[in-house]
Amino acid sequence: MSNPHIQVCNLNAWYGSQPALKNINLAIPRQQITVIMGPSGCGKTTLLKTFNRFFELTEGARLEGQVLVDGENIYDRAIDETEVRKRIGLLAQRPTVLPMSIYENVAYGMYIHRMKKNAREYKDAVRHYLELAGLWDEVGKRLHDPATALSIGQQQRLCLARGLAVEPEIILGDEPTSALDPISSQHIEKKLLELKDRYTTVIVTHTLRQAKRLADYVVFMYMGEVVEAGPASQVFNHPQQERTQQYLAGMF
Amino acid sequence: MKFRWHRRHWSEIIVKLLMYCSVGLVFASLAVILWTIVSKGLPALTWEMVSQTPKGGFYLGKEGGILNAILGSLYLAGGATLIAFVFSLPLALFLETYLGQSRWANWVRLSLDVLWGIPSIVYGAFGFILMLSLGMRASLLGGILTLALLELPIMVRAMDEVIRRMPYDLEQAALALGSTKWEVASRVVLRQMLSGIVTAILLAFGRGIGDAASVLFTAGYTDSIPTSLMRPAASLPLAVFFQLGTPFPQVQQRAYAAALILTVIVLVVSLGSRFLAAQVGKFSVK
Repeated sequence: MSNPHIQVCNLNAWYGSQPALKNINLAIPRQQITVIMGPSGCGKTTLLKTFNRFFELTEGARLEGQVLVDGENIYDRAIDETEVRKRIGLLAQRPTVLPMSIYENVAYGMYIHRMKKNAREYKDAVRHYLELAGLWDEVGKRLHDPATALSIGQQQRLCLARGLAVEPEIILGDEPTSALDPISSQHIEKKLLELKDRYTTVIVTHTLRQAKRLADYVVFMYMGEVVEAGPASQVFNHPQQERTQQYLAGMF
Repeated sequence: MKFRWHRRHWSEIIVKLLMYCSVGLVFASLAVILWTIVSKGLPALTWEMVSQTPKGGFYLGKEGGILNAILGSLYLAGGATLIAFVFSLPLALFLETYLGQSRWANWVRLSLDVLWGIPSIVYGAFGFILMLSLGMRASLLGGILTLALLELPIMVRAMDEVIRRMPYDLEQAALALGSTKWEVASRVVLRQMLSGIVTAILLAFGRGIGDAASVLFTAGYTDSIPTSLMRPAASLPLAVFFQLGTPFPQVQQRAYAAALILTVIVLVVSLGSRFLAAQVGKFSVK
């Protein structure tokens, strides 16, 4: 692959003495949707967490190897993890709005990074990102209500708007639709597809059908290892590895 | 499916009974206390009582009021709560955000719990000795500082318990946007926990304004309204104490009136802060 956005080199990770990732080597293509799939406990969420320096938040977590974003190792000592997290947004499994109004939820990230100059600019940006996340029509008239008043599906789109507002290059999604109803899931999937030309997107999922709907590039993991990775059409239609074939056939 | 008595049903009934008994006990004691101070204090509660300082024959049952003690108590507890708050909030946030569940944090928590358990007369004696060594006399400042020491562990631990209930997801959500730990603490944790923090402040204020032993030596008592931090200050608990100790029924009645005023102050403050907590708590993520 020429010019990958994220490159993982010889990555090993442990929780205490328990190995979680075993010698991962991987390249994630730019401005496409990469789907990481695999059975529960295969390490897919752990791998995702290493991309935005969330892995280290778990007590006893230890890591060796490199994760390069645009050729720069984000585990380098000189790297500021808050900058990494600003460049690499995360859509969590369960939508978690901040204890603020709808408006403040979107403005929060821009505000802490001092991204805008005045109130006018903040206001315009909040509107822009709410529109981008497909939420403006529903909340435009009640921006100052508590964000918790929104439905869970709306909350997840608010989380998307909030994440996009800090202008990331990469969006990570940790099973971002697993807590949502089918209609809300569709909304999120549709948004991710619309946004994929602008952002590099990495989604973890355990539903095969969702993987097929979204993926341009697929990573299949099993027991902490990457079994197979490649363009979606190739992995889904002509899997090379026996384990991948078994997984796609629904054998585990 | 016919109902038959079983041991499980009996235990259900016994536990329920116990629960009703303890609820009844709590309400009954509150009612008795309120009834006592209202029935004995209300007749003596005149406008004069709350608007004047003690005059010449006050302690013999003549004219005057306890404005000195009302203001003194408000100054003492208000000042102490303010000082305790200034130190408690950063301490509680630091404890949770930076120390978390580490051994150090638990040592700090244990020390605070021990401090919480120390009788207030010991704080009074400690404050008194400290003031003696500094050459200070009994004064409003001395009382405020001693009360602040008394309130600090209560406030920190109450805040700490609130902050520990912070959902971890919320912290992660803020971190994922590139927040520093301090931004998480000051902008998110604080927002989420604001209503609980207001409650912690109230708890400490209630303990502070009702305490007699710690201000006995440190703030002293005076019949005039405190005008300077370096002058002694009266307080309601001591007003109750001194007046109850006289042999005159009218003066004793005034002690109950003072107790009534103290209770009303605490009631007003707690209702007010509950209202405030509900207002600021509406953004909290449940």
